Amino acid sequence: MANFVMPKLGADMNMGRLLSWSKNIGDRIERGEIIAEVHTDKADIEIESFISGVIEKYLIEPGEEVPIGTVIAIIRKDGEVTTTNETPVEIAAAPTVAPDLSKRETMTETVRLHISPVAKKLAAELGIDPTQVKGTGPGGRITREDIENAAKTKTEKPAPDRQTGMRQIIAAAMARAKREIPHYYLRTTIDLKRALDWLAQENEKRSVADRLLYGVLLIKAVAMALREVPELNATWENEQVNPKPSINVGIAISLRQGGLIAPALLDADKKSLDELMQKFRDMVQRARAGRSRSSELSDATITITNLGEQGVEEVFGIIYPPQVALVGFGKIVERPWAVNGMLGVRPIITATLSADHRVSDGHRGGLFLSALDRLLQEPENL
Amino acid sequence: MTPEKTKEVELQATVLRLLGDIAPEADLTSLNPVLSIRDQLDIDSMDFLNFVIALDKELHIAVPETDYTKIATLDGCVAYCLQRLEHV
Repeated sequence: MANFVMPKLGADMNMGRLLSWSKNIGDRIERGEIIAEVHTDKADIEIESFISGVIEKYLIEPGEEVPIGTVIAIIRKDGEVTTTNETPVEIAAAPTVAPDLSKRETMTETVRLHISPVAKKLAAELGIDPTQVKGTGPGGRITREDIENAAKTKTEKPAPDRQTGMRQIIAAAMARAKREIPHYYLRTTIDLKRALDWLAQENEKRSVADRLLYGVLLIKAVAMALREVPELNATWENEQVNPKPSINVGIAISLRQGGLIAPALLDADKKSLDELMQKFRDMVQRARAGRSRSSELSDATITITNLGEQGVEEVFGIIYPPQVALVGFGKIVERPWAVNGMLGVRPIITATLSADHRVSDGHRGGLFLSALDRLLQEPENL
Repeated sequence: MTPEKTKEVELQATVLRLLGDIAPEADLTSLNPVLSIRDQLDIDSMDFLNFVIALDKELHIAVPETDYTKIATLDGCVAYCLQRLEHV
């Protein structure tokens, strides 16, 4: 048996509210399949199972909010029988804290709702938080109509509490970063002529739907440069550095209603540009629709922010803890540029590195930026 | 209305609908037709690519990257689509 716990989906998440289970009890689930959808202050997140097996039992119901680390489901691993008395093993989608059981009881108590089963099911389907709905039925009971009305208002305008929640989360993470992380900053300018010429030629051959964005070249080059300076691909936890074997590049995505989220492209160094582009498009669309996945939000090992779209020429970002580095890109601008003693006009991008001085030094950071430059001069090898 | 004008009005409605899918929160009625769509709707290159993909799906107009400047404004985009549809 394995305990499936409420995962920690970001440095400052403490609680998660279950919106819906994606499987029925007794159903088979494969590692990586979506098991549940969870609402946090920042987004609605699809939680992936980190184990294959059969759903034995659900311990919480849609609408309940529990602290991270709380066991929410029990999964019978492959090869086990139902009647086993084996002590369950803790599994989780991310680093977790021990569940605070006393707190859990209070939490579940406050969300015991006066709601009809039909309304409750509908609420879960529509992604409505029933605790936020005012019941109009007998004795304040929440009816099907109440949920439907709530769904209508929800689609009309985003709930203001999500905005406040996201602001608070960004505030906490960034304040912690500035308080704890001794940042150092490096900047370099990179000639993108070869990369952009190559991209234009490549896109000319492609159908509209298969076109690549220059951002994907930047992502791949960052991922490959990290192989050369792996200490930037790590986390700092419990006063020590934890090098990460996979290169999962978080991409800061601004949300239309304000705020941002940084889901990760997993194993970015091993993916082809086409694969990266496809994942990137899918990820941006889901992030903006409030449908990010748990592995994307908990597993980033470095973050890229590209503010070039907003017209700024350079950005010195704040590291997202517990990561130890952040790469920033500005806008591509045409500038006079000397090559082999000759002056020409070239498209130039400013790349910056914000890194944690507890983990790396400026020398290594500099090597990373030169590797990035070198890799972008050979776009055909990305 | 002349048939050309009708076609133009229809195309404009289609283009606005596709933009609405990409920037659902935007007030498209206040879109200035001669200014950059990207600046006014705050859409990035990913959104813009999705818009180009939508034009291809909906109107079967594959806009090459070299023509992106021609579809940068609402008026420009409608005129471009009209021209492309006439020369099929």
